[in-house]
Amino acid sequence: MTTATATAAPAGLQTGAPRRGLAGRIVDRVGSGVIQVLMVLLGLFWLVPTIGLFVVSLRTVDVNNAEGWWTVFTKPAELTIKNYSDLLASGFTSSFWNTVAITVPTTVLVIGIAAMAAYAFAWMEFKGRDTLFLVVVGLLIVPIQIALIPIAKMYGDMGIFGSIPGVVLFHTAFGLPFAIFLLRNFFVGIPASLLEAARMDGAPEWKIFVSVVFPLGKPAIASLGIFQFLWVWNDMLIALVFANTESQPMTKALQSQMRQFGSNVDILSSGAFLSLIVPLILFFAFQRYFVQGMMAGSVK
Amino acid sequence: MTERLDGPAPAVPREEETSRGGAAGPADTPRTTRRLGPSPAVAIAFLLPAAVLLGVWVVYPIVYSLFRSLFDASGKGFVGLGNYTTIFTDAGMLTTIRNNLIWVVVAPIVVTTLGLIFAVLTERIRWATAFKLIVFMPMAVSLMAAGVIFRLVYDEAPDRGVANAILTTVHDTFSSSQGYPEARPREGAQSAVAAQNGGVVTKQAVQAGQPVLVPIVGVKPAAMPKNARPAKAPTGGGGLAGTVWFDFTPGGGGAPNQVDAGEKGLPGMTVEAVKDGQVAGTATTAEDGSFRFEGLPAGSYVVRLPQSNFKAAYNGLTWLGPTLITPAIIGAFVWVWAGFAMVLIAAGLAAIPRDALEAARIDGATEWQVFRRITVPLLSPVLLVVFVTMIINTLKVFDLVFIIAPSSVQPEANVVALEMWRVAFGGGNNQGLGSALAIFLLILVLPFMIMNIRRFRRENA
Repeated sequence: MTTATATAAPAGLQTGAPRRGLAGRIVDRVGSGVIQVLMVLLGLFWLVPTIGLFVVSLRTVDVNNAEGWWTVFTKPAELTIKNYSDLLASGFTSSFWNTVAITVPTTVLVIGIAAMAAYAFAWMEFKGRDTLFLVVVGLLIVPIQIALIPIAKMYGDMGIFGSIPGVVLFHTAFGLPFAIFLLRNFFVGIPASLLEAARMDGAPEWKIFVSVVFPLGKPAIASLGIFQFLWVWNDMLIALVFANTESQPMTKALQSQMRQFGSNVDILSSGAFLSLIVPLILFFAFQRYFVQGMMAGSVK
Repeated sequence: MTERLDGPAPAVPREEETSRGGAAGPADTPRTTRRLGPSPAVAIAFLLPAAVLLGVWVVYPIVYSLFRSLFDASGKGFVGLGNYTTIFTDAGMLTTIRNNLIWVVVAPIVVTTLGLIFAVLTERIRWATAFKLIVFMPMAVSLMAAGVIFRLVYDEAPDRGVANAILTTVHDTFSSSQGYPEARPREGAQSAVAAQNGGVVTKQAVQAGQPVLVPIVGVKPAAMPKNARPAKAPTGGGGLAGTVWFDFTPGGGGAPNQVDAGEKGLPGMTVEAVKDGQVAGTATTAEDGSFRFEGLPAGSYVVRLPQSNFKAAYNGLTWLGPTLITPAIIGAFVWVWAGFAMVLIAAGLAAIPRDALEAARIDGATEWQVFRRITVPLLSPVLLVVFVTMIINTLKVFDLVFIIAPSSVQPEANVVALEMWRVAFGGGNNQGLGSALAIFLLILVLPFMIMNIRRFRRENA
């Protein structure tokens, strides 16, 4: 967020105004007032749905089915944390921990494996390197759907269908192309002199990787880590196919309640809100890395 | 967030790479690093884990799916391209493809345009960072949670779903709100009113000081407004006045054509005073059903309740019904992705040299001309990146459709990625057709894959 427009903001208005005389300035003033109001409305438009979810999660099913959440402003006494205590008592906590057990190992694996490959692509010479990297670029947008059926069959044959390691490996594989791409592009920017000095000293490659490349790559690794974490935390499709009721993360647990939306709105709203707390905290705490990662992944 | 941001990734070269000259990557300096570089064996060791995972989980499945798509559901009978024929002939599948087309045409344009508007407008406000955080926030939220959020927003009842609540409020601000479908006057010799042209009129002309009683029956309980209060029999006073009420005493009792205790007024009724076929005055009933024409010239009038009172009240749109479901889900998609577009475009905007804009302004260009002739052309690479990313994301859209469309409407809302899951895992159990759909999806994104590779080669040549 910070990178974007801070410098640009005042330029347009300041330079435009003085030359235009009074009428122009009045137009600018009114225009800027209109823009302010418009932006407030748009901001509300983006904020209100989430607020709605939060309020709904704090009211009972009966109250929610009887009246809109906005009546909370006149009837704050109807708020209750009952939905949350019911949810926690219902075994939802186990799916929370499943989400953690899937997300954390995946993120660590993707970072580790992708960083190694990215270092090789960036700073090692081997035959077919450029072609191989083009394959990685090509794999960037392969739809996950392509692997659902083959891997389900493979997991069935191996007996790991429905297990957490199976879900983690699937996520890791599909996280790699982006991770390798992002890190390789960052690693090629490391000054050659640093690596050459280390190699001249006779340091083994794994040592250069651990003590030079990895520490220097921290900003990119942080961005990647946040993205990877959020993708896996928020995934539903892979969980839907490869997790069972024992290993299911929150998204799958909630999805199974969708059929009776009206009567399950207590579980769904509180569960959905719990599931987005962690991503939101991460997002607000690390928004700088989040945005940097997004930029590096798409434009620069 | 299952749709990734990585689509058109290599579209624009990284600045470091192109500008860093001296400390360039190995592409420029293979000879200097070769002597010191490790042996190929070491490189293979570094690449091996990634190669194994990508080979087994990504590349092999493409080959397997291609092969599997040529067989039937059981996997034993070879059907050739039969599964692909099904995709393009089956009526349900064609709906699915049509929906994907709508998605691809509408969603990227809306997201990119909105992103551009937001990016430009945030330059004009002081609280730009706050605004960006708010609009960008949905990116961190799972599409599952976003789906739940929009199921609530699109709830059909205007007193529960915020979308219809806003629509009905806006609608009611501009036109009479209260509707009493199927309500009718109590007719008969005793009654002073009669039905006419779908409305209600007094049988005789009335004048000021002569209270008008308009008894109505057949008001559906659902149509009875919550704010209705017990009806009051009109008492004299200035001007032409009267009461419109529900002539029905709950629990029995009460006399017809008389305002009895426990009978409720009908608020929000439009009442017209008519003279010689012309509407001379209009009034609206209060919560107790009473009305009074202010400033009406003395004389006798026919009091009329026009037909509009007896139409169903406006209740907003059936967002989650078969007709609107795809636009409704696209709305949720826009909510999720507008922040992405805004942030990328804002970064592009910040990189535009201010001098170019200044020069144009000094030459007398209007803000719109500057925007249209300079800003947008300079932004076009970024706009293209956002646009292409959105196309790829719309092709793969799954979670939002799956969660927001109620199961009864899912056939109408269906998209290829969802159909693939439904056919293979969601009860269909036809892995032949499922594989064909997966390959179809891959073919849809193939042009963008090739585009990525070509750009990357060009920029790293």
